[in-house]
Amino acid sequence: MAMTARQRARVSLYVQGAIFLVALVAIILAVDWKTIGTSVFNFGKIGPMFPDIFLSGLKNTLVYTFLGFIVGLSGGLLLALMKLSSFPLYRWIATGYIEFFRGIPALLVFIAFGYGVPLAFGVQWNVTIVVMISLGMVASAYIAETLRAGLQAVPKGQLEAARSLGMPQWRAMVTIVIPQAFKIVLPPLTNEVILLTKDSSLIYVLGLTASQYELTKFGRDGISSLGAGLTPLLVAGAFYLVITIPLSLLARKFESRSARTKR
Amino acid sequence: MNDVVNSSGSTSTIHAAGVAIKDLRKSYGSNEVLKGISLNVAPGEVVCLIGPSGSGKSTLLRCVNLLEQPNQGSIHVGGFEATDPDVDIDKMRRKVGMVFQQFNLFPHLDAKRNCTVAQTKVLKRSQAEADKVALHNLERVGLGHLADRFPDQLSGGQQQRVAIARALSMDPELMLFDEPTSALDPETVGDVLSVMRNLAKEGMTMLVVTHEMGFAREVADRVVFMDGGVVVEEGVAEQVISAPTQPRTKEFLRRVLDPTHIEIEE
Repeated sequence: MAMTARQRARVSLYVQGAIFLVALVAIILAVDWKTIGTSVFNFGKIGPMFPDIFLSGLKNTLVYTFLGFIVGLSGGLLLALMKLSSFPLYRWIATGYIEFFRGIPALLVFIAFGYGVPLAFGVQWNVTIVVMISLGMVASAYIAETLRAGLQAVPKGQLEAARSLGMPQWRAMVTIVIPQAFKIVLPPLTNEVILLTKDSSLIYVLGLTASQYELTKFGRDGISSLGAGLTPLLVAGAFYLVITIPLSLLARKFESRSARTKR
Repeated sequence: MNDVVNSSGSTSTIHAAGVAIKDLRKSYGSNEVLKGISLNVAPGEVVCLIGPSGSGKSTLLRCVNLLEQPNQGSIHVGGFEATDPDVDIDKMRRKVGMVFQQFNLFPHLDAKRNCTVAQTKVLKRSQAEADKVALHNLERVGLGHLADRFPDQLSGGQQQRVAIARALSMDPELMLFDEPTSALDPETVGDVLSVMRNLAKEGMTMLVVTHEMGFAREVADRVVFMDGGVVVEEGVAEQVISAPTQPRTKEFLRRVLDPTHIEIEE
């Protein structure tokens, strides 16, 4: 009584569905709904989060991410060019930098620039400067590797054609090679922005005033002030998705566009 | 020499430069690909370099505008000594147009911008002036009507003609062609060759690496046969192609001109 391949596939699908259903029911039965209702999904008490979650939380997350990205993009481009340089010292510096900042937790960088460096040099930096530098330095390490791959993906003939027209090396890079490299790395670069958006939450290790709170810190603050348990953090999490999901869709659009033009 | 319109839009003749190559040597590691090449090209002369692949013809061509750095010997192009370590490479390259086998058009720019970008950035021409020169040269290669197309919207033959227009827009005194028709569909080869033929008639100095023997015989003043990194035979085009004197030249031409009647050697 052998089954055909199609019958076997159908049975296997039913079995998978059944397992999933049983697991779901088990979870629903095991959860303490009463506690969850008061301390996780307690949306009745989160009214006071608005509109400040827009005015400080969301706004600051966007501002911190943007500043970090600008520094990261400039630093990343510089490092990528250094890494492709024919001058060995530049390559070593770039490689050292990239390996170091990709290898340590971003949190340590925030602590170093939030407390260590200001202490060492006796300076006072405001939060925006610290975020810009910390996030930017970590981002440039990642972006550098992305851009390096993009620069190397531009065919060598492009540089040769540009140089043959009398363009100096820097001019050929700026006018011909780098614009093409950016087009190639647009999808992975958008993903870097998503990572940065989430890393901006690490600013919580610094002492912040309420107007400097970004989404995560704003949510944590709500935990202690609203008496709705973890609910405010859940709301903050949803706001991250509001930023990151459109970025994801954008990255996918860039990807399909470059796949189309490659023909 | 026919009259052509130069950058300023007025009519003038092509200012053609000559090339003098003396005892040129080039190695990659222990592999010597150019073993002492000497070759002179007079202003306005058209010279075709022929020979089997790996004979060093492309390397020789690329040495002339320093895309490859020669190890020994000298190259004079126009008023420049390319092999002088202090030569202003970028200034020299403005005089030397280069056309590649793979076209190497800039894919992020349309045909016209491909022809203007170096004019504005290198020669510091105004955009209006550069546009005028670009359109003139695109018309010269028969593509004035496709000036706003991007490279991926053009056929191979059209792309190669835009690449020629791009090089001409810099008002070069010498044009280098590195197997310009080898990557083309057979039916578009003719358009590119006829553009090159016209350019030769206008008096441009041309150094052409090619496998198109018909073109070499008809257009070239001289043909140079290279094999194994040396010049084996050179002379008037008709004589080298129709009545070669060296056995290696004879063998090569027999294989190229009549590939269906080659007997397989043991």
